[in-house]
Amino acid sequence: MTPEPKPTDGARATPVLELADVAVRYRGAAADVVQGVSLAVEPGQSLALVGESGAGKTTLLRILLGLARPTAGTVRFDGEPLAPRDRRQMRRFRRGVQCVFQDPYSSLDPSRRVAAIVAEPLRSLGLDSRTTAAPKVAAALERVGLPADAASRYPHEFSGGQRQRIAIARAIVCDPRVLLADEPVSALDVTTRVKVVDLLAELKEERRLTLVMVSHDLSVVASLCERTAVLESGRLVEQGDTAQVLGDPAHPYTRRLIDSVPRLPV
Amino acid sequence: MTPRDTPPGPLLDVRGLTVRTDDGRTLVDDLSFTVGGGERLGLIGESGSGKSLTTLALLGLLPDGMTATGSVELAGTQIVGAPEKRLTAVRGRDAAVVFQEPLTALDPLMRMGRQIAEPLARRTGLKGRDLRTAVTDALVRVRLPEPDRIAHAFPHEISGGQRQRVALAMALACEPSLLIADEPTTALDVSVQAEMLDLLDTLVREREMAVLFVSHDLAVVAKVTDRVLVLKDGRAVEEGPVLDVVTAPKAGYTRALVAGARKLESALDLRSPR
Repeated sequence: MTPEPKPTDGARATPVLELADVAVRYRGAAADVVQGVSLAVEPGQSLALVGESGAGKTTLLRILLGLARPTAGTVRFDGEPLAPRDRRQMRRFRRGVQCVFQDPYSSLDPSRRVAAIVAEPLRSLGLDSRTTAAPKVAAALERVGLPADAASRYPHEFSGGQRQRIAIARAIVCDPRVLLADEPVSALDVTTRVKVVDLLAELKEERRLTLVMVSHDLSVVASLCERTAVLESGRLVEQGDTAQVLGDPAHPYTRRLIDSVPRLPV
Repeated sequence: MTPRDTPPGPLLDVRGLTVRTDDGRTLVDDLSFTVGGGERLGLIGESGSGKSLTTLALLGLLPDGMTATGSVELAGTQIVGAPEKRLTAVRGRDAAVVFQEPLTALDPLMRMGRQIAEPLARRTGLKGRDLRTAVTDALVRVRLPEPDRIAHAFPHEISGGQRQRVALAMALACEPSLLIADEPTTALDVSVQAEMLDLLDTLVREREMAVLFVSHDLAVVAKVTDRVLVLKDGRAVEEGPVLDVVTAPKAGYTRALVAGARKLESALDLRSPR
């Protein structure tokens, strides 16, 4: 079932992440790949970016992650403009915003043991030494449902679903507030996908984690996100509560997306 | 369509098909199934179930280091152990394949028109302007807009959905009796996938072509096939009419598969607050 949007009492909380009138044009390109996008990620209101290939979902996610900069418009983190050169802000940002990518094969360094991979955010943020990181790593691995001996093994010893669990452990080990996920379950088999979606739903609840998820899979979006924004060719055509956007879409493109999802015969 | 003398018995008859690696691992284990003329069978399984290897074995396309044993009879021709020459005669004419990733299935250095012309010329003997017309017709049949532009384009110049249509046009060019489709829509966007499934459905219906549709996605398979075979770790765990299997799965594994798909799907049954 779709998570119910939580009631907001009067004044809205400051968005953790906010895009205001953002546009992106790649060098040498004739047109913007993303145009005039404004959206806000509020605490506790997980947001899905939905659309088809080339719609600009991943470009927006990279901007939210600070990996790319918009050619126009502003990105705000906790209400302040995001400044990749401001090291103190970036440290707070990296601590608060972590990510999980689509392909669990290319996103984990094959030459490092799982313990080192999962400890990476703690070490690079200067929060822990190798010894103080160990118990946190063990706790994170346990939380995502991996066996205790996983820490001393290498990524190739794990299946796709387990690797995605390792990536999730790495993302939650420093207790972030926001988890950005790019198609986190689309490379997984159905039975595995259900389990990873359940895990993400649990983490959202227990850790007050806000997800920002890029996905073309509307059922995954509906399972995890309170809010949905629909992108078509770089523009936002619709955004709002997931139940409203997917349950009663206002835009024909959203309607077409929903109607295209193959359903099992009853 | 030219009627061919079809021998009695099913179009595709697989008995005890087993695929082993040279180091002794069994990847497909004693698989038996049949596909009759005009029939549509779905092969369902998750990664590592052996479904793609099965399709490769059907056309004698297994990679080096793997051997098939058992029997695969396609339109009366034994495929297992057949010499390359006999396989070449079968491929395209009796059965043709559409693979998951059109970008790797198509030659990146060859214009689309030429790629379709090759199998067409071989089968029909057409040349010059007639061949060009036949190529355009093949592209129109898979409902590609601007067929002449597409014929002149290289694979990277057209979209993924268009590439998969070209791959389908190539597979259909020789009017095979059996179309093997290995995850043909998995790499496509949902709306493109829906169009592609409709197209595939119409085209094979018009031609009374048999289909072996391989996918991990039950809902997709249910749209285009009549009967399904569920594979797990190289073995068949369940077979039956698609409606029976998705509404009343018998094997524990199929039950888990259906439950998973239904659980995800149920999230979409939203009641709007508006």
